[in-house]
Amino acid sequence: MGNSKDSKYSHLIEKQYEELMDYCEVTMDRMERELPEAKFDLHETLKDYGVSRRDFIKWSSVMTSALMLPKAFSPMVARAAEDFSRLPVIWLHLAECTGCSEAFLRNSYPNVDDILLETISLEYHETVMAAAGYQAEENLHEAMDTFDGKYICVVEGAIPMGMKGKFLTLGPKGKTGYEVTKEVTKRAAATICIGSCSSYGNVQAASPNPTNAKGVGDALGIRTVNIPGCPPNGVNFTGTVLYYLLFGALPPTDGLGRPLWAYGMKIHDNCERRAHYDAGEFVEEWGDEGAIKGWCLYKMGCKGPYTYSNCPKLRFNDRMSWPVMAGHGCMGCTEPDFWDAMAPLEKPIADKPLPGFGIESNVDRVGAIATGVAAVGLAAHAGASVWRKGGEEEPKKGKAKK
Amino acid sequence: MSRIIVDPITRIEGHLRIEVEVEGNTIKDAWSTITLWRGFETILKGRDPRDAGLMTQRFCGVCTYSHYEASTLACEDAFGVKPPPNARLIRNLIKASQYITDHIMHFYHLHGLDWVDIINALSADSRKAVELAKSVCGKGVTPYNCSETHYDAVKARIAKFAESGRLGPFANAYWGNSSYKLSPEANLVITSHYLDALAVSKLGAQMMAVFGGKNPHPQTLVVGGVTSVMDMLDPQRLGEYLFRLKEMQKFVDTAYIPDVLIAGAAYADEGLKGVGRGVGNYLAYGGFPLDDDWTQTLLPKGVVQNLGIENPMELDEEKITEEVVHSWYKGDEALHPYDGKTEPDYTGFDDSGHIKGDEKYTWSKAPRYDGLPHEVGPLARFVIGFAQGDEKISELVNFTLNTTGLPATVLFSTLGRTAARALEAKLVADYTENWINELVANIKSGDTRTWTRCKVPKKGRGRGLTAVPRGALGHWVNIEDKVIANYQAIVPSTWNVSPRDKAEKRGPYEESLIGTRMANVNQPLEILRTIHSFDPCMACAVHIIDTKTKEIKKFKVA
Repeated sequence: MGNSKDSKYSHLIEKQYEELMDYCEVTMDRMERELPEAKFDLHETLKDYGVSRRDFIKWSSVMTSALMLPKAFSPMVARAAEDFSRLPVIWLHLAECTGCSEAFLRNSYPNVDDILLETISLEYHETVMAAAGYQAEENLHEAMDTFDGKYICVVEGAIPMGMKGKFLTLGPKGKTGYEVTKEVTKRAAATICIGSCSSYGNVQAASPNPTNAKGVGDALGIRTVNIPGCPPNGVNFTGTVLYYLLFGALPPTDGLGRPLWAYGMKIHDNCERRAHYDAGEFVEEWGDEGAIKGWCLYKMGCKGPYTYSNCPKLRFNDRMSWPVMAGHGCMGCTEPDFWDAMAPLEKPIADKPLPGFGIESNVDRVGAIATGVAAVGLAAHAGASVWRKGGEEEPKKGKAKK
Repeated sequence: MSRIIVDPITRIEGHLRIEVEVEGNTIKDAWSTITLWRGFETILKGRDPRDAGLMTQRFCGVCTYSHYEASTLACEDAFGVKPPPNARLIRNLIKASQYITDHIMHFYHLHGLDWVDIINALSADSRKAVELAKSVCGKGVTPYNCSETHYDAVKARIAKFAESGRLGPFANAYWGNSSYKLSPEANLVITSHYLDALAVSKLGAQMMAVFGGKNPHPQTLVVGGVTSVMDMLDPQRLGEYLFRLKEMQKFVDTAYIPDVLIAGAAYADEGLKGVGRGVGNYLAYGGFPLDDDWTQTLLPKGVVQNLGIENPMELDEEKITEEVVHSWYKGDEALHPYDGKTEPDYTGFDDSGHIKGDEKYTWSKAPRYDGLPHEVGPLARFVIGFAQGDEKISELVNFTLNTTGLPATVLFSTLGRTAARALEAKLVADYTENWINELVANIKSGDTRTWTRCKVPKKGRGRGLTAVPRGALGHWVNIEDKVIANYQAIVPSTWNVSPRDKAEKRGPYEESLIGTRMANVNQPLEILRTIHSFDPCMACAVHIIDTKTKEIKKFKVA
C-alpha cells in the first residue's frame, strides 16, 4: 500500500470509498422510504437504558471498524442503527438445539448491540413468542404478507431431506421443514443462516447423516449468508444485519458464505497462545505444567490453525472467555463437516486416522481445511444487488474456489 | 367432542404438537407428539468416546452443559476413572450457573406469559405496584428494581408496543383471556422482572463462561476432569464468578421467589383443585455430588409413587425401560434408517390431519419405571426430598406453604411444579458459595489437580446418571475397539413428553391435561400453562434412534 497520500493508488482507494459512500446514501434513502415505520425511537430507547448519545457515537465508531470500513462511514453506521428497529425478521427453527437463539438472546449487555437486537421487529420466533398453535401460524403468514420481499429470514437449524422431509414437520398441517423454509425464504429480502446447522448441516449431518440433513443454502439451492459457529457469537449476527441496512446487500463473504469481517481470519492468527506454538511449548496432557502456564493446545487437538472465526478477538459472553482461554482446544465449529473433519477432537489433525467414517472425500476435506482454503469468493460489495435465489453458481462447500 | 390441535407449542425448546379431545370446555383426552427426529445414536457410533460429550451436548442448547456432564460421567464410568476434587467442584460451579440461569429464564421468558397478561399491566397503578412488591418481599428486604418511576417507564415501553400496532413477539396472543387471574399491579411487577431477567440471564451465561469457556455449549469438561486450571488458579476469575452469583441470588430472592408467591396467591384455586396434576409418580437420579464418590448429592435421588410422600422409595435402575409401541420406531429390526428402508417407522397423520392416537404418533419413546409413567423435574426432586425429610428442601417447602397458607397437596399441580422450580433455583444458588469455599480450601492445601490420567479402554461400558434442570438424565455408552459401539440416552423430557405405552397408560404431559377446563377453546392458554410447567425440551427428548430397538428396552448397570 502506497505511503504517499498523493499516490495514484491512494487516489483510487479514495475514489472507491467515495463511490461506496454515495451508493450507501442512495440505498439508505431508498430503504428509509420503503421500510415499515420504525417501532421505536432508538435514541429515546437508549436514554431509557441510560446510554448517552456519546456512548452511541462511540459504539458506531467501533462497529464501523469491526465492519472494516473507514472512519468516515461511522455516521452511516449510526444511521443504519436507527433504521434497525424497522427491519422485520422472521426466524425459523428447524433441526436444531436452540443454542443459537440462546446465544443471540443473551449476547452483550448493557451495550448498544443489546438494544439493537431488542428493537428488531421480531415477527416470528417460536422460542419467545406469546402466541401458539393457530395464532402463531397466523402471525407467520401475516408477517410474510405484510412485509413481502422486505423481511429478513433468519434460519436456525438444518433441513432434514430424507424421507421426503418428514423427519421434521411444523404447524397444524404438518408441513415439512423443507416446505416451510422454501416458502419463507422465497419471499424474504435475504436469508441469513445463524449457526452451523443452518449453514452447513452440523451435528445431525455428521456421518452417516441418517436424516440426510443439509444446510439451508444447500437444501434449497439458494444463496444465504452463513454465520456459522456452534453457536456463533451474537455479534457476528448483529454486524451482518447492520451491513445489510447500510448497503442494501449482504457483506462480502468467503466461498462458504461467511462474512469476511467476522470469519476472514483464522483462530490461529489471533490466538493469545500463538507465541507458545511458535516457541514449541505445548500442553501434553490435561492439567500439566504447560496447561497451568497457558501453553499451546495444538497437541491436545486444537483446530485453530484450520478454523476461520473471530473467537480470540471477541470471545464469548461479553469477552468473558473462549475455549482456548479456558484450557481446551478449538474444535473448528465454524467449518463445514467439522465433527468429521476435525475428529477426534482431542487429537491433532496430523494424527487423524484417515480411513474414517465411510466418507470418500475425507482426505480432500481434511486437506482443504488443513491448508486454510475457504477462499474468498467475493460477492457483495458496492453495486451488488440484494441476494436472491439463483444468480452465480453456488460455490461448493468445503472445496477451494480458485 | 371436538379435537383441537396446538402446533407449534411455542416457548419451549424444540418441536411439540399437542392434540386434545374437548367436551364442552373440558379436556377429556390428550396426545403429545414430537415432530422432529435427528438420529444422534447412529451418528455417535464409531467415534472416539472422548468426543461424545461435546457432541451430545448438541442435543440441546437450552439444556446446555447437561448432556456434556452426563456423557462425561458415562465415559468416566466406562474408563474406570474418577476426576479429582477440584474437577468435581468446578463442574458443580458450572452446573450451578446453568440451573440458576435456566430456571429464571424459564419462569419469565418461557412460562411467564401464561400467568401474566402484559397488556393488562398497562392499567396498573405504579404506586400500588410498589406496595405489592414490598409486601411479598418480607420485612426489610428491598424488592428488585422497584420504584414508581421504574414501573412508569416499564408501562411506557409496553404502551409503545401496543400503540405501534405491531406487537412483535407479543402479537395475536391471549391477552384478556379470563383465565388470567393477576391484578394489573401484579402483572406490572412481573412484567418488569421479565425485562430484568433478560439482563440477569446474561450474567448467568457469563458465570458459566468463567470456568466453562463459553455459554451456550461450554468446552472445558474432559473425561477425567476439567481443563480450566488457569481460571481456577486466578483469584480474579473466582471473583468474577462469585460476584455474578451474588447478583443472581439477589434476583432469585427479591424478584423470582416473590413473583412466584404473587402468582401462587392469585392462582391458588388451580393449585387446590390439582389442575395439571399428571401421573402422580416421581423419579430423580440425584445431582451435584458433595463428595467424590457421589454418596451424597445436593439434589435427592429416589422415587415416590401415587402421591405417596409418606413412603419414599429407593431408585432401582433395573426398573427403567423404554417402549415404542406408540412411537415412530420399528421393533426388533437393526436396520440403518438412511438405507431407505422403513426404519424408522414413521406413519404420519391421518386423513383429517390429526395424529393417529391409537397407533404410532410421536418421535418420542415411552420411558417407564416399574412399568409406570413417572414425572421428572424440580417438582419430582422436591417431592422426593420432602418425602425423605431432606432438611433444606423441607425448609423451603414449609416456608412456601406457610407463607401462602396452602396445603401440601398444592404441590401436585401445575402451580406446584412452577413453585418447585423457583425453590430449586434458590436451593442451588444458596449452596453454591460452599463449593467456591471448598475449592479455595483445597487449592490452599496444595492440591491443584484438575485431571486424573486415563486412557480410552479397548472395551468397556458405563452410564452417567445425573439431575439436570428439567429432571433425571441418563447416558449409557458401550465401547468396543476403543470406539463407541452403542450409545443411549433417556432424557428428562422423554419421561415427561412420553406417549402411551403398551398398557395404554398416558405419559405425564398427556395425563396432566385431563380434566383441565379451557375458558375459550380457541385459545390454548390453559394447555400452554400446564405443558410449560414441565419446562419442555423436545430436542433433548428425541435425540437418538435405537437401531436395535426392541419393544421394551432394559438398561442393565454393571
